[in-house]
Amino acid sequence: MNLAEAFTILFVVAGIFFFVAGTVGLLRFPDTHTRLHALTKADNLGLGLIAFGLAFRMPDVWGVAKLGLVWLLAVLAAATVAQLVARAALDRLPDLDEKGGAR
Amino acid sequence: MTAAFVFDAMLCLLLVGTAVSAVAGRDLFASIAFFVTYGILIGLAWLRLGAVDVALAEAAIGAGLTGVLLIGAWSMLQRRCGDGGNDPAMPVLPKLAAAAVSVTVTGMLALAVLALPVGAPGLVPLVTENLSESGVGNPVTAVLLNFRAYDTLMESIVLLIALVAVWALTPKELWGGVPGLRQHARPDGVLATFGRLLPPLGLVVAVYVVWAGSEMPGGAFQAGTILAAVWLLVVMAGIAEEPRMSSRLLRLALVVGPAVFLGVGLVGAAFGSFLGLPVDFAKALILAIEFALTFSIAVTLALLVAGTPREGT
Amino acid sequence: MTSFLYLAGLILLLTVAASLIRIHIGPTRAERMMSAQLIGTSGVGTVLLLAGAEGNGAMIDVALVLALLAAFAAVAFVKASSPDGAGDPEEDDR
Repeated sequence: MNLAEAFTILFVVAGIFFFVAGTVGLLRFPDTHTRLHALTKADNLGLGLIAFGLAFRMPDVWGVAKLGLVWLLAVLAAATVAQLVARAALDRLPDLDEKGGAR
Repeated sequence: MTAAFVFDAMLCLLLVGTAVSAVAGRDLFASIAFFVTYGILIGLAWLRLGAVDVALAEAAIGAGLTGVLLIGAWSMLQRRCGDGGNDPAMPVLPKLAAAAVSVTVTGMLALAVLALPVGAPGLVPLVTENLSESGVGNPVTAVLLNFRAYDTLMESIVLLIALVAVWALTPKELWGGVPGLRQHARPDGVLATFGRLLPPLGLVVAVYVVWAGSEMPGGAFQAGTILAAVWLLVVMAGIAEEPRMSSRLLRLALVVGPAVFLGVGLVGAAFGSFLGLPVDFAKALILAIEFALTFSIAVTLALLVAGTPREGT
Repeated sequence: MTSFLYLAGLILLLTVAASLIRIHIGPTRAERMMSAQLIGTSGVGTVLLLAGAEGNGAMIDVALVLALLAAFAAVAFVKASSPDGAGDPEEDDR
């Protein structure tokens, strides 16, 4: 195994760790906003580390640039969604509330 | 047992699980969430089957349009009949009819798949042999825009007819108006910022996808879907409005793709065969058709999602 | 190396399965939407891993499109959650 492959494994494993942690948080945390907090870690760090790990396998610089763009778009989407969903969950209207839905 | 096999087995399990959950669930919104998930997993399945073009289309449709369309429909249902859009009084007969149609279509598709000759190469050798004459390097684009172009031409017209059908549902007094709900957002808010930040990137990605389509996976339908989604985002962020249905420019945008396609076909007919592309100009002609189609597909899909108008002219 | 990337993809599929539980139990729609959002990101990650495993650069384009459109369903959701179904949760800021 050469150095590039070792880096790929290292960063992909680190990325997977954040995905698992984010999912565990989504399942185990007590309310909507803490769950949202858990999930944004997977979005940003998990995907970023996986993309970084795979960058060592790219044949040319365009592949690396594309991976970077994928991550950038995902971060942009995650940040926007986190903010909007958090706000929507904060002042939900009573008639839009689900029956017996716990906060 | 290899890692790839275990991956595929898990993927199949999840596909069946999400499909059943989407259909059998009691909460309508949960069903939509399951269906959105199902779309992502189907995209992965197409990748595992080596159909990157289809995966690209599924990614664009599933992530960009289906979710927006279904959630919009759910929102209307909920406002109309309350109770989270779950209508308890839905009669059994339509449910049974819908189930019967679904089962019949699935059964026919299954029969068609099972009837395929096992191990036969199909049309692959024929396509590979003639690929150099098609003008493009991506066999899927060669088939869609050259070898069976008449079929793609029909599909582009069917899409237009679908929009005409939706528009036909417009009440008379609203005819010619602006499609969809009147969208608004906080001008300096996160949503409006996102609506300004993403469209330029989306435009670049869409142009890249249609350009790349001649040599690698991509093409007019995928790019058109991306453009439609991005335009819907601009509308949802309250930055711009849809044009009126009566707008001549809009009507022109809707027909330019099929018209260019048909025009090229007729010129071909004058020189020999309808839709026959001369080898020397094939790539230029295919790209011209694809760019025109991308534009029309984008406008058609965006208006299909927007629906009937809110006010008359 | 290929086996490793498939295994990594398999673990992401397992996190997808776990997120599906959250869609099922809710309890609120925000949770269901968030779970679908996380599954979308896991999907992007899995596509990248498959692209790496199969050495197919065109597959990265699929991840690119998924990432570009990742926020769209959630944007439609927050719009649907606003009073008239066409607003923005930040409009009536307090």
